[in-house]
Amino acid sequence: MARLTLPCDEATVRKLKVGDFVELTGRMITGRDAAHHWLMHGFREEVAPYMKNSVIYHVGPVVKKHEDGTYSFVAAGPTTSAREEPFQADVIGRYGLRGVIGKGGMFAKTLAGLKEHGAVYLHAVGGTAQVLAACVKKVETVFQLKEFGVPEALWVIDVEDFPVVVTMDSHGGSLHAEVESASRKKLEELLGLGA
Amino acid sequence: MAGPEQWTEHFVNVIARASSQLPPDVVDALRRGRDAEAPDSLAQKALDSVLRNIEVAKGNWQPICQDTGTPLVWIHHPVGMSTRMLTAAFEEAVRRATAKQVLRPNAVDTLTDRNTGNGAAPGIPTVHCEEWDSGDVEVHLMLKGGGCENVGAQYTLPNPKLKADRDLEGVKRCILDAIHQAQGKGCAPGIIGACFGGDRGSGFLESKRQLLRPLPDRNPVGELDAMEQEILEKANQLGIGPMGFGGKTTVLGVKVGYLGRLPASYFVSVSYMCWANRRCTARIQPSGEVTWLD
Repeated sequence: MARLTLPCDEATVRKLKVGDFVELTGRMITGRDAAHHWLMHGFREEVAPYMKNSVIYHVGPVVKKHEDGTYSFVAAGPTTSAREEPFQADVIGRYGLRGVIGKGGMFAKTLAGLKEHGAVYLHAVGGTAQVLAACVKKVETVFQLKEFGVPEALWVIDVEDFPVVVTMDSHGGSLHAEVESASRKKLEELLGLGA
Repeated sequence: MAGPEQWTEHFVNVIARASSQLPPDVVDALRRGRDAEAPDSLAQKALDSVLRNIEVAKGNWQPICQDTGTPLVWIHHPVGMSTRMLTAAFEEAVRRATAKQVLRPNAVDTLTDRNTGNGAAPGIPTVHCEEWDSGDVEVHLMLKGGGCENVGAQYTLPNPKLKADRDLEGVKRCILDAIHQAQGKGCAPGIIGACFGGDRGSGFLESKRQLLRPLPDRNPVGELDAMEQEILEKANQLGIGPMGFGGKTTVLGVKVGYLGRLPASYFVSVSYMCWANRRCTARIQPSGEVTWLD
């Protein structure tokens, strides 16, 4: 199991290959549908320093607000990344992200963006909200909470030993494309569809 | 008979149980899937993580998944009980469970695009009340996450691309195609609920109702039982595997029902439930005593 400290540099990320297990430690930001839309309409200076050389986590957490005004993550597994496909490559380029954490994988445009900018797609296990929330040691700050609500706000979090698998790398490799293609072939065989 | 407040309290307990305690038949199926995968494969590691997560959620009574889903509930109630009261009590239970972080604030007002913050919005939760002859109330709750809801699909037959005609073979082809289309995006290994016939709305609803069936449950209709077993076996040959990482465990169960249809229409509606198949059944006697059936 490789360890990766965030923020990190391009050379480190370029070494990662499809199938690698990685444990992440350091600071990352969360963002999903509303966040990606917002990030693409202008350059959001307030969040940019948290994104540069770090990763964005596709998650809509359950969050508890404590009496002293601080927050903690109660449940925080990945959400489906496919919805961010139209935006992701541009968000990576514009904000200097080194990676994306999500589930279900992404497609050609993002894969090209990973290659161009030196970034990876990191797959967390969908639904494992308790295991992953336990890796979130601190909520540093939050952006757009009032506007987007708890699940869609951009939360800046410190994580420790956050487990992920590289399923799309910066060299054009994609486990999702491989599995899709192999399973399509099998489906065609089972249904006698042949191309 | 209990008043609205007592029903709200019962429903909050049902929601809390559904959100944190996965039914034993689902856990067993995931364990079998885990053992079938190659040692140290991505598939096996993913299922190890899933099984660990289930234990933590169970022990701490915390949400298994942060997407606590759309609450879909079917309430069987005795003759004469107010369905408006039961519906209002359930809606209040969703708001209360959301305030306690048992549920995520999971409802967006689609017109204003704002999260309502309390878990409720037009059409959320969905409450179905059905009168029955018993003096008890039986509550069947399902928390259905958005990721798996998004990979549901509806087909109209015939479908030349799939060589699917208006017959059971055609229905089977559509369901297998939907499983392939979903890949890992609905949090595989999933459970498939399907319905053929009906209209676009009733077909999807029946497909979801099928998901209330426990996994070992066999379809009483012979042809449908055979179809369920065949699809399960073939789907697990696709090699999609847990999370779409590749592997043997793509689907944990297939449940198929049917409805009547118009001569012009032949829909096949497929609902995909993620591995976190959060269903809960409670039978509540007039005394207030609760028996958990899931």
